[in-house]
Amino acid sequence: MTPSAATPPRLPVARPPTAWQTGANVVFRGLTHAFGGAVVVLLAGIVFEVLRHASPAVSKYGAGFVSGSVWDANRNEFGILPEIGGTLYTSFWALLLAGFLGVTLALVLSQGFLHRRYEVVMKNVVELLAAIPSVVYGLWGIFVLVPLLRPGAAWLNDHFPNFPLFATRLSGPGILPASLVLAIMILPTVTAVSREAMAAVPPRLAAAAYGLGATRWEVIFRVTLPTASGGIFGALVLGLGRAFGETMALAMLAGNAPNFSWSLFSPGNTLAALLANHFPEAGEFEVGALMYAALVLLLITLAVNVVGSLIMVRATAGLRGLR
Amino acid sequence: MRHLDRSVRTLFALLSLTLMLMAGCKKGAPEGSGAPATGSEATPAKAAEPSTVTLQGSGASFPAPLYSRWFREFSTKNPHIRVNYQATGSGAGIKAFTAGQTDFGASDSAMTDEELKQAHGNVVLLPMTAGHIVLAYNLPDVKVLKLSRDAYAGIFLGEITNWNDPRIASENPGVKLPATAITPVNRSDGSGTTFVFTQHLSAISEKWKKGPGTGKSVNWPAKAAVGGAKNDGVAALVQRTPGAIGYIEYVFAATSNQPTAMLQNKAGKYVAPTPEAAAAALSHVELPADLRAWVTDPEGDDSYPIATYTWLLAKKKYGDKTKADSIKALLKWCLGDGQALSKELHYLPLPANVTEKVQKAAETIE
Repeated sequence: MTPSAATPPRLPVARPPTAWQTGANVVFRGLTHAFGGAVVVLLAGIVFEVLRHASPAVSKYGAGFVSGSVWDANRNEFGILPEIGGTLYTSFWALLLAGFLGVTLALVLSQGFLHRRYEVVMKNVVELLAAIPSVVYGLWGIFVLVPLLRPGAAWLNDHFPNFPLFATRLSGPGILPASLVLAIMILPTVTAVSREAMAAVPPRLAAAAYGLGATRWEVIFRVTLPTASGGIFGALVLGLGRAFGETMALAMLAGNAPNFSWSLFSPGNTLAALLANHFPEAGEFEVGALMYAALVLLLITLAVNVVGSLIMVRATAGLRGLR
Repeated sequence: MRHLDRSVRTLFALLSLTLMLMAGCKKGAPEGSGAPATGSEATPAKAAEPSTVTLQGSGASFPAPLYSRWFREFSTKNPHIRVNYQATGSGAGIKAFTAGQTDFGASDSAMTDEELKQAHGNVVLLPMTAGHIVLAYNLPDVKVLKLSRDAYAGIFLGEITNWNDPRIASENPGVKLPATAITPVNRSDGSGTTFVFTQHLSAISEKWKKGPGTGKSVNWPAKAAVGGAKNDGVAALVQRTPGAIGYIEYVFAATSNQPTAMLQNKAGKYVAPTPEAAAAALSHVELPADLRAWVTDPEGDDSYPIATYTWLLAKKKYGDKTKADSIKALLKWCLGDGQALSKELHYLPLPANVTEKVQKAAETIE
């Protein structure tokens, strides 16, 4: 772009910018603004489109859509309560699992437990999980995970049939395999972001704590984790957002059954899977209803992000001086 | 001096690129716009100038393996006609065709009167091949399974929940049925297969008709039911789930060697889902003039109860001679030489009297 920059020795050090440089500068600045603005416009466009297509269904079904539990395109009767429940329920279990695993992993990878070389290898292995396509996770769930889980699930169901979490049989797809696969899928996000947060904790804090005679455990639990808590929380919110929107693996593993049950072994459905399954063949009314469902999913995700950021701001307010 | 030289070179490169693009566009224009070919007489498309015609189609996934094979073979014989087919599902196929996005559509269920109205009557429905729907099950020790009409309707209604239920056992003397729970597997996506299957269930069970009814996707009443996407999704679920039973197109069961149930037909006989039995079912159906026949519950002792034609949707008037000619040539080949391929790919070849009728209808395309 700036060929004149290739021959600097011939020119004095302090010289006014050439026309090329000024031009490039203007163009570059314009581009950054344009692209930055484009993201906002794009999001607004998507929300507008969804709203536009959903509005007939919104005015027709109103709040009953969210509280209804029958999806019957034949009778134009639509309700998404089981799907909302399924989305939140599978995401909850996935986040619990991935949160625990991911934060632990991040600790191992950032606190010098491993040799630097293995740290890098491990980090890349975890991040590779994010590169596996959703369909592959779904297939792996059907062909490997479900048969593995079945005997254990049957045992739990036989011995604790009255415990709500184990109240049904695991026939094949269901909440448990879906949640497990979902946990693996959001693990890289949670791990990577919380590792960054832990690595960003100023070393002088840990050094000071060691100087005061703290043990390694005390440093990790009293200094590193609290200081990085904002970032870790952000990682969890990001992971949850991903879990809500994950589609293909869940469409293959959740069972696509329009009913909600607290049992981990019963089939269920999620909003994203509902959308993926019904869109291609949807009639006019159903498309409206699906758009309404998409809107609900959008709102849930938005709410989680907003609440998440609010909590994060609160939680990190006291730590601001440390950085 | 140096940088001026470079920018001039860049300019030249850009210019030549633009020229190349423009040339490419010009070359592409005639085939894209499909403008009426100059001076072509009523000769068959083959003799026309070498410009290629591209036919776009989309729809049912059930005949997709056959269609893509047909279209490939046809294109090797007629290099100037290219046919693209996308298996988007019957409903989407009808929609795209009605909206004019495709040159032809395909559907496992014939268009309804309302759908025909939306297409302004500018459509011919042509049965191209036929298939039947089987109930694949997963019971490792049960080699032969007979299901009465009450039994399989009851299973999908969720009234029969265990394999050792007397309503199943009474028809299968000597077979040791396990106490396994039944997991009915259905299609999670809207599909022509579901339409044909639920249409049959509505025909044999009053309760089904009043309950879930007929549709490309219905509200499945069985509590234990799970859904899989597309035929292969259902087949995979049945294969991996002990005690599962699911409806799939015969092709998918035949290629994966899954055990399938014998079903009781209208005459009360138990019939295995062989292609012959399905052909027998279709032979009892008289195709009306518009070629829309709903085979809901066929007559005959040796008829398999769940069989269907699958239709190709073409326009009555294309308003474009080359396009109409090429689609006619395509249909003629599919209904003639193409039928031999049907059997090889586990589809049902159309009976001779049916191909004749369809051929005649295809001739009316302009």
